[in-house]
Amino acid sequence: MLSEENVRHVAKLARMALTDEEVKKFTTQLSGVFEYMDILNEVDVSKVKETSQVTGLSNVMEKDELVPSQSTREELTGCSELPIDSKQVRVLNIIK
Amino acid sequence: MADLEKLSIGEAAKGLREKKFSSEELTDACFSVIKRKNKDLNVFITLDEENAHKTAKEVDQKLAKGESLPVLAGIPASIKDLLNTKGVKTTCASPILKDFIPPYDATVVEKLKANHMVMLGKTNLDEFACGGSTEHSCFGVTKNPYDLTRVAGGSSGGSAAAVASNMSFYSIGTDTGGSIRLPASFCGVYGMKVTYGRVSRYGVTAMASSWDTVGSFARSVEDISYVLQAIAGRDRRDSTTPDKEVPDYSSFLGKDVKGLKIGLPKEYFGEGVEKETVDTVKAAVAKLEKAGAKVIEVSLPYTKYAVAVYYITMPAELSANLERFDGIRYGKSAKDADNLIDFYFKARGAGFGDEIKRRIMIGTYVLSAGYYDAYYKRAQKVRTLIIEDFNKAFEKVDVLIAPISPFPAFKIGELLDDPLAMYMADALTIPINAAGVPSLACPCGMSKGGLPIGMQIIAPQFEEGRILKVASAFEKL
Repeated sequence: MLSEENVRHVAKLARMALTDEEVKKFTTQLSGVFEYMDILNEVDVSKVKETSQVTGLSNVMEKDELVPSQSTREELTGCSELPIDSKQVRVLNIIK
Repeated sequence: MADLEKLSIGEAAKGLREKKFSSEELTDACFSVIKRKNKDLNVFITLDEENAHKTAKEVDQKLAKGESLPVLAGIPASIKDLLNTKGVKTTCASPILKDFIPPYDATVVEKLKANHMVMLGKTNLDEFACGGSTEHSCFGVTKNPYDLTRVAGGSSGGSAAAVASNMSFYSIGTDTGGSIRLPASFCGVYGMKVTYGRVSRYGVTAMASSWDTVGSFARSVEDISYVLQAIAGRDRRDSTTPDKEVPDYSSFLGKDVKGLKIGLPKEYFGEGVEKETVDTVKAAVAKLEKAGAKVIEVSLPYTKYAVAVYYITMPAELSANLERFDGIRYGKSAKDADNLIDFYFKARGAGFGDEIKRRIMIGTYVLSAGYYDAYYKRAQKVRTLIIEDFNKAFEKVDVLIAPISPFPAFKIGELLDDPLAMYMADALTIPINAAGVPSLACPCGMSKGGLPIGMQIIAPQFEEGRILKVASAFEKL
């Protein structure tokens, strides 16, 4: 059973602000989910290896080939919320 | 010519070459359906009429000059709003990416553009592909074309509804735990979930990296084969795509199924699966049996653990993948933050919807110190047992056939407040993703209430051709 305190702690680890209402709701909902997951404790996995890659590939190597950069300056500066000046991002002045 | 939008890709391609109609006319036909129905169905997040018409015109000019073009050239299509499209808004249906315009195309989009795709627009989904109903979209739910009070399924609900309602000839979606097959079955269209690694995921926002696949929706088996041909293969930008030959998928069509061994996994026809669904799928299998296939009951005993395995490992991977959405590199900045940590809290708190928050919390919890072995590692071990189930079954049979969803499309709002019940809707699709094997959703009948019922044909890894063979034979029965 998850407590509201657990939920707040996990939200903090995940860097997510939750409202009190959300904490309440998620405590109930996630408790149910975690209870359900206990079904895995029925399985004897003592002699089983874990799978993290299903097609068996590992350590895939590629030649480092140069290709033209895909983004133009306009596209990159277009992603910024900060003011654009002479096709450059004007960052906030933090050194006073 | 009337009803151009209802043609198959093959018919449309033939008509274009015989000059019966133009790509511009196909495009107009699709947009006219979209204008008529999108308000009710809520399929598209973004439309790109200008570029669609531009590409259509170019294709028409090339065909007029007698140029030889690929079969998909000039065919109107739609793309799930999880795949990057250069210069066209890509939102992942999340508040945190609401205004994001990617500076590059996903490999799949790039490949389809090389095939002269007319891209109509971007389709609705559950936020970051997390959900089974498209109800977790910040743009609202996509409705089922067969019944507007019901969901279209998810997470690729917009893509399924677009193809089912003739807005789009085919659509690209993603399937991590059932996100192509579930909506395909709810909307009565074909939906191909490929082998893990068969199609590049470069430029597709990652959900759960050891589970994610990219595939397609269409209205015929032949159409599915055309799209698969165009998107499958090795991509140096996605290291999970093996250097494995892509066969000529059309060569599998139109064959018979004499002597083919079909396995019916008994766990997929048992408790929790509606009788009407079981009966409809079994009737479809009986048709294949009559056509010469052998039907054998098999058992996949670890099936019942798949949902738990998935809802541990998927959120773990998802929570790591979504760390990048912090309000700095992506997403809206928190304007009133006091310090950096406060900035993250506010940006992420405001930027994610309920289901994403739930999954990030589950993922963070199972990966946290002291819980990693108990949850994540144990789940990965049980995943191995699920894979062995499939390996053993495929020693006895060529393909497996099973229901996709335990029930047809459910009512909007019905499962929204009960996440666990919603997760159980994926109980019959998740094991297939766990094993990384391909599976095609095929329409196989209707419920008494007039809703589509689907079945899935499952084959060993990289045997998409075998699935197409069975589906194409079934389509003609």
